[in-house]
Amino acid sequence: MSGKPRLTYCNGRGRMEPVRWLLAAAGVEFEEIFLETREQYEKLIKDGVLMFQQVPLVEIDGMKMVQTRAILSYIAGKYNLYGKDLKERALIDMYVEGITDLMQMILMFPFSPPEAKEKNLDSIKERATNRYFPVFEKVLKQHGQDFLVGNKFSWADVQLIEAILAVEEKIPAVLSGFPQLQVI
Amino acid sequence: MAGKTKLYYFDGRGKMESIRWLLAAAGVEFEEEFLETREQYEKLLQGGSLLFQQVPMVEIDGMKMVQTRAILSYIAAKYNLYGKDLMERALIDMYVGGTDDLMGFILIFPFLSAEDKEKQHAVIVQKATSRYFPAYEKVLKDHGQDFLVGNSFSWADVHLLEAILMVEEKKSDVLLGFPQLQAFKARISSIPTIKKFLEPGSQRKPVPDDKYVETVRRVLHMYHDKKAN
Repeated sequence: MSGKPRLTYCNGRGRMEPVRWLLAAAGVEFEEIFLETREQYEKLIKDGVLMFQQVPLVEIDGMKMVQTRAILSYIAGKYNLYGKDLKERALIDMYVEGITDLMQMILMFPFSPPEAKEKNLDSIKERATNRYFPVFEKVLKQHGQDFLVGNKFSWADVQLIEAILAVEEKIPAVLSGFPQLQVI
Repeated sequence: MAGKTKLYYFDGRGKMESIRWLLAAAGVEFEEEFLETREQYEKLLQGGSLLFQQVPMVEIDGMKMVQTRAILSYIAAKYNLYGKDLMERALIDMYVGGTDDLMGFILIFPFLSAEDKEKQHAVIVQKATSRYFPAYEKVLKDHGQDFLVGNSFSWADVHLLEAILMVEEKKSDVLLGFPQLQAFKARISSIPTIKKFLEPGSQRKPVPDDKYVETVRRVLHMYHDKKAN
């Protein structure tokens, strides 16, 4: 029965962007519905399609999935991007959650008032270069493998590359000092 | 090889409480080290135990795990509280995502000013009764089963019970109008491992007080100016 997965969101990155990245990384074609009016959104709510009245919404394999993490975990599991066992999954989850914390700062950035923008940008830079990037630099250096977990391409790698590019858009030279990450 | 599971956090609920609930529900014994001083925290940092310099941290099966969601997912899977297949796991993840969002409003509550506490109280009750509780009420009503997913006790049930009890602490009659959830609460509370956790003397932590807030701020040098949602 299933056609392609169908994404419902605003026409922009927001919380849906990691989903787009992961589907694309898995080579999965998907359709998108862009919310442009309040009426569209209210119709979705009235139709009972949004479990918690929120988007992202992804229709996939007969399910109307909400909650970004749930959606991403499902896709990762389905397309074998979630490690080979429980321990690899634990590592992937830890890395993804950390990266998500960093991405959250970037997600909120457009919504910050003009006077707070510079401070927030500094926070993003500080967190990226002092907390998050050093961790992944170290992981890659220590095992010397091409991918973060289990010597195999996984959700963690997709999430990290998305985050690096997103931070670079704000802070172009951010990867100087992270030779391992530059190679990614 | 595994020694006992060991939790590193403050002596209070915070982000670690859901982990205590899930371990207890699974009947798993655990030890706790409580952070009381800045020095303890810095020692953990210097020892390289905290991947992203944050707690919760849980030593389990030879790993020093951080990131609450990652820890909970691991425990759920290990102790068969994560459904029987990918689709059940997807449902559990969705439901837990919702209860997590709801509990998030309560998590910051102790750190707010008195004025913001009042605002936040209203937000918590409003979100619970108009967004989250109706969603779970409907799930239970639609399938008529005892548990949220797959007719089998799972992480989603534990998390929902925890959320219900936390909201009830803010408004004791909040389940009025949610008969399914009332029955659910009674059922899940009577599961032996859960019942034990709800009894005095368990490792369940009480409602956060000023001492807890003061400890967190002192140890982390953070959370001095949180605002209501």
